[in-house]
Amino acid sequence: MKLTLKIWRQADTASDGAMHTYEVDEISEDMSFLEMLDVLNERLNSEGEEPIAFDSDCREGICGMCGLMINGEAHGPQVTTTCQLHMRSFSDGETITIEPWRADPFPVLKDLCVDRSAFDRMIQSGGYISVNTGAAPDAHATPVPKDNADRAFDVATCIGCGACVAACPNGSASLFLGAKITHLGELPQGQAERDSRVVNMVAQHDHEGFGGCTNIGECTAACPKEIPLDVISQLNKDLRHAIRRGY
Amino acid sequence: MRSTIALKLMMAVSGIIFIGFVLLHMYGNLKAFSGHDAYNDYAHHLRTFGEPMLPYGGLLWVIRVVLVLSLVVHVYAAVTLWRRAKRARTVKYVVKKNKHSTYASHLMRWGGVTLLLFIVWHLLNFTIGKVNVDGGPTNDPYNLLVDSFSVWWLTLIYLVAMAMLGAHLHHGIWSSMQTLGLTNSVRERALAKRIGLVLALIITIGFSLVPVFVLAGVIDK
Repeated sequence: MKLTLKIWRQADTASDGAMHTYEVDEISEDMSFLEMLDVLNERLNSEGEEPIAFDSDCREGICGMCGLMINGEAHGPQVTTTCQLHMRSFSDGETITIEPWRADPFPVLKDLCVDRSAFDRMIQSGGYISVNTGAAPDAHATPVPKDNADRAFDVATCIGCGACVAACPNGSASLFLGAKITHLGELPQGQAERDSRVVNMVAQHDHEGFGGCTNIGECTAACPKEIPLDVISQLNKDLRHAIRRGY
Repeated sequence: MRSTIALKLMMAVSGIIFIGFVLLHMYGNLKAFSGHDAYNDYAHHLRTFGEPMLPYGGLLWVIRVVLVLSLVVHVYAAVTLWRRAKRARTVKYVVKKNKHSTYASHLMRWGGVTLLLFIVWHLLNFTIGKVNVDGGPTNDPYNLLVDSFSVWWLTLIYLVAMAMLGAHLHHGIWSSMQTLGLTNSVRERALAKRIGLVLALIITIGFSLVPVFVLAGVIDK
């Protein structure tokens, strides 16, 4: 395959960036999107040009490290992570626009890499349960009803990649936040800190500068783990209950 | 209480108050199908409602105060959230697709501004200023209604405004239920969206009937 790539280049956070155009040839449709960028980077390296910086780690769709805005869609046209997106989803001769996640709480570090520490600080503000570590408890020590366990597990698949923020016209992290609130809120271990968790995490979300949710659903469509929109309803419900109980 | 979600809750609750009001307003409008006297009697009864416990026009003033407060809250929350959303992405995408969300959901902000302008005109037209674009008298509510909607361009303004209202409600109703935390499953979300669509259609069509039938000459003096 022969492709024209329009890629955002930016030296560092303080510098201004711009779109640069690159031509790549002999791309196999069995390559992943990141392998296609690897091919381009090898060429740039050999030509003495600075390779394009992008994030990746596991390359099997479970770590949440990679994430690119591809032709205006977070992680591209398929419901998966960028590393699991393959070039067969594109056609020969196509022009592909590649940009970093755009949100002020996710500053661009270099080229296509963004700093998602804002998510870490949100987790630190309440996305945990406080228990003393020790020997693993018996699996049947704390019974969890099947429905709650299933819902908790479904939303616990969130890998924190930030596609929800990238896709949201308001730059809101409500889907990420809702996934964490629902995950811990469905489980017995999450109950003790349930009210303080939602209040503190929402406060941190706002403090980081993410926008508000308008319930339009671009986030859930972009989510590689298909986190459903109802986690945002759950988030709102938990916050409403916490406010009523005086938190 | 200044969190984005608290602002959304204020937006949802004030919006639901507006929905209750427009349903009541629509019921009153449809009285036009019962003729001159029924319509004007209803307008009169709105003012004598609750007498002697309430003074003349007392109920209307209660409703007006609630509506103005709701409007202040709704607009304040909308403007604050709009500004926060703008600040959350100061560098725009070169290419951005929004293909999974409804057109109505993208009309909320500018559609809301349009509705606000319409409401100002509507109040000048029928309540505060009483403008008869036909040049006739303005002291008879039914006759003012018929005179107004006999003018095609005025009817057109109202029909466009009602389409905007319908779009606003189509997304706004289900969105308010989501904000209140009532849609915690696929089934509840589908139900909320259906309620939003059906109520939006009822309100848009219900309000459009009177102007259309006046213009068509079915409702006349």
